[in-house]
Amino acid sequence: MSTHRLIRFTLNGVPSKAMVSSQDTLIDLLQNQFDLKGARESCSQGLCGCCTVYLNDKAISACLSLAWFADGAEIRTIEGLAQGETLDPVQQAFIDAGAFQCGFCTSGFIMMTKKLLEENPHPTEEEIRHYLVGNLCRCSAYPEIIDAVKALSRRAG
Amino acid sequence: MSDLNPSPQIGRSIPRLEARAKVTGRTEYVHHLRLPGMLHGKIFRSTMPHALIRKIDVSAAAALEGVYRVVTIDDIKTVLPHPYYGPAFHDQPVLADGKVRFAGEPVAVVLAYDRKIAEEALGLIEVEYEELPAVFDEMEAAESSTLVHDELKPAATFPDLQHLKGRRGTNIALDYKLRRGDVDAAFAMADHVFEHEFRTQQVMHIPMEPFVTVADVVDGQATIHTASQGPSFVRIEMARFLGLPENKVRVKVPHLGGGFGGKLYIKLEALVTSLSLLVGKPVKISLTMEEQFFMVTRHPCTFKIKSAVTKDGKITARQCRIWWNGGAYADIGPRVTQKAGFTSAGPYDIDNVWIDSYAVYTNRPPAGALRGFGAPQTAWAYECHMDMMARELGLDPADFRRRNILRNGRPQASGTLLRDADIELSMDQVMGHLNWSKPFDHGNGAVRRGRGLAIGFKGITAPTTSVAIVNLYGDGSCALYIGTVDMGQGSDTVMAQIAGEVLNMDAAAIKVIHPDTDVTPYDMGTLGSRSTFHMGTAVRLAAEDARNKIEELARDLGLPPGSNLPVAELLRKKYGMQAGNIIGTGSFIPDYEKPDSETGQSRMATPFWGVGASGAEVEVDMETGQFTVTKLINVADIGVPINPKLAKVQLSGAGIMQYGFTTTENMIFQNGQLTNGSLADYKIPSLLDMPRDFINEATQSRDPQGPFGAKGAGESTTIALSPAIGNAIADAIGVHLLDLPITPETVYRAIQSVKSAKAGA
Repeated sequence: MSTHRLIRFTLNGVPSKAMVSSQDTLIDLLQNQFDLKGARESCSQGLCGCCTVYLNDKAISACLSLAWFADGAEIRTIEGLAQGETLDPVQQAFIDAGAFQCGFCTSGFIMMTKKLLEENPHPTEEEIRHYLVGNLCRCSAYPEIIDAVKALSRRAG
Repeated sequence: MSDLNPSPQIGRSIPRLEARAKVTGRTEYVHHLRLPGMLHGKIFRSTMPHALIRKIDVSAAAALEGVYRVVTIDDIKTVLPHPYYGPAFHDQPVLADGKVRFAGEPVAVVLAYDRKIAEEALGLIEVEYEELPAVFDEMEAAESSTLVHDELKPAATFPDLQHLKGRRGTNIALDYKLRRGDVDAAFAMADHVFEHEFRTQQVMHIPMEPFVTVADVVDGQATIHTASQGPSFVRIEMARFLGLPENKVRVKVPHLGGGFGGKLYIKLEALVTSLSLLVGKPVKISLTMEEQFFMVTRHPCTFKIKSAVTKDGKITARQCRIWWNGGAYADIGPRVTQKAGFTSAGPYDIDNVWIDSYAVYTNRPPAGALRGFGAPQTAWAYECHMDMMARELGLDPADFRRRNILRNGRPQASGTLLRDADIELSMDQVMGHLNWSKPFDHGNGAVRRGRGLAIGFKGITAPTTSVAIVNLYGDGSCALYIGTVDMGQGSDTVMAQIAGEVLNMDAAAIKVIHPDTDVTPYDMGTLGSRSTFHMGTAVRLAAEDARNKIEELARDLGLPPGSNLPVAELLRKKYGMQAGNIIGTGSFIPDYEKPDSETGQSRMATPFWGVGASGAEVEVDMETGQFTVTKLINVADIGVPINPKLAKVQLSGAGIMQYGFTTTENMIFQNGQLTNGSLADYKIPSLLDMPRDFINEATQSRDPQGPFGAKGAGESTTIALSPAIGNAIADAIGVHLLDLPITPETVYRAIQSVKSAKAGA
């Protein structure tokens, strides 16, 4: 049996609250109560990275995280990256490199790429491959994803 | 691929029309769709591979608080007396009908407003089975008295399967034949005869957006939102299924999170539509990743291939016998059996060819189309066979191929002449990247190196039709109404480029209306590399029709020729205000001749040829069997790439997918039970798996029949990749692997078999 509880959190910078059940995942919360569709459940095992969001600035699998634990947290999703019409540089780099096909995994890749470059602005190709290995792209736009990250690295000077 | 063709729209790598939506997470997928009052369905699945259902007890599940209803086939039959579907055979019940035919088959559905409650209720359903003998292997099933189906029931949609109607006592759903020349005489006269047997494994598409359908049937009208590659097919088949005219069935498809051939024909649509009809509410079923493995897969096959060769390396005859493991329901397997069958002797100029290709029912999850319609499985056999023969004959594998390669203007095994197919050029480009003419260091210690190449081709499903509408509005802006589904391949963008080229408009300013059968005209399906060629031509014709109408309107308005007034002004002159439309239509069906049912011979068996060549270099640890593909090359003839960047990601993406099917992906069964049906245990390629040196390119070519010289690109690099790697491994270790996938274990065993053979000698 599930029980419900009111939680408070910041969602893409906006103070928010929601009633969540003890079974709800973070994906359930984002999709069902806030209509945010960028983080997506695919493998449901934390293996594909399609559901990647930031919880207190850490990249996590939202399909495995209980909404309950987001109480008091800061949540950031792909929808929170662009500043109005201006895309985040990582989003723009993915367009420029053509780093996606169907787009279902793209949010997760962009979220992880941002984290990678925060931690390591000039990754080698091996470092890119290792850092993003937890994100799967079945269309396999992998060469273009590497191109996008390399272009961002070059731009970081 | 650089932008070689400096025309206004064609040959330009513009970004995808939907690029911003995709990087901001706003792309519309059925995955996210919720309708007011919608119920979620969760599927209870069979635990037995083959059994009679004695009793289904749903009472405890139905009693769970929050469960709306639990549905079995008996409930469905109260509204649909014969709830069977399928593209080739009407052999599949929407829920098991007294019998289950594979472990994982849907038996019952729980409906609830809350998906989690529906899931919880699944655990309360109890089914009593009477287990039946089961058959899993295609060779065994072809001969077995254990029958998966009592009687064959071909669908009316494929007239060439009607002769199978009512056939009983067999698991063979289709026997395809091709006969050319006198094979027996050629074998009798041959200097050498080689015979080998190859096998491929069962794999799955794994679209990242799992299968999903939302159906809303109310007042005799059905609206189906579905992640489908074939909205027109879904409408026609669901209209038949519901006994409604086509105009009462509306099928809508937004973007797809991957398809790869899995989301074709009828999948969840039949079940979800039945449920909505039964309860009178919108119903959604969204599969989990684990459940996808029970929806559709790629056929495993056994391929026995035999060739007659002269002492100077000319192949004079080839016999191919292929058994396709289609699983419990035929899906589109009979088409795979035919289409892959007819090219299964490979891209070689052989006078005497004998092909038997059998679709076989077994008690495994169903198999259907997966990026190549069977061509990759056949190429694994015929291209490994080529290298094995070359080795025996002491010939260079590329040279042996060149002595036999099929060239433009020569008849393929079906009698259809090869045309606009750069098979040899593709091989040459691969050889160039491998420095084939230079000596190669194989190493001599614990690590050995090898290189290999392979070529392949495929025919395109025919005859198929595409219809397009180009609509110019009062302000001159343009929308394209097409049934092609953009599942990531970039069809929206490419079609806009084609329309833009004809209408002299910026492609990025054209709106592509997504498939909605109430709005967009007929298209056979987004499959088999056909869209750019077929729909691309229909779009070109529709845009030309619109252009002609613009000129006509200018003449009617009394304007001098060449006045080139913008469309907005023409319409304003005609209607006195911003109003009206100019609508151009185009439809396309390529030339085709149905192959003879006894000999498979046809003057025109395919609208164009898909062509791919691959090359690989590998390093093998001779002590452990671990191997690394250090270099991988794919070259395809795709005609003129409309959008070179999109074409390239198609080529490399298909290549990496096939790399998974070559090295890691394998659905493993024990007594009919899938043991690794999740991404934790079934490994698809990640960034770390992609070879470090990875080259993908197209030949510079042009298909004069295609729109602006283009042809399809979605499958070409899947065909020859596996045998290129297999041949490279064999070059390194001195022995050929006969089965896919190639794993460190199979390589190790092969190395050991050579060692023990040497020790025994």
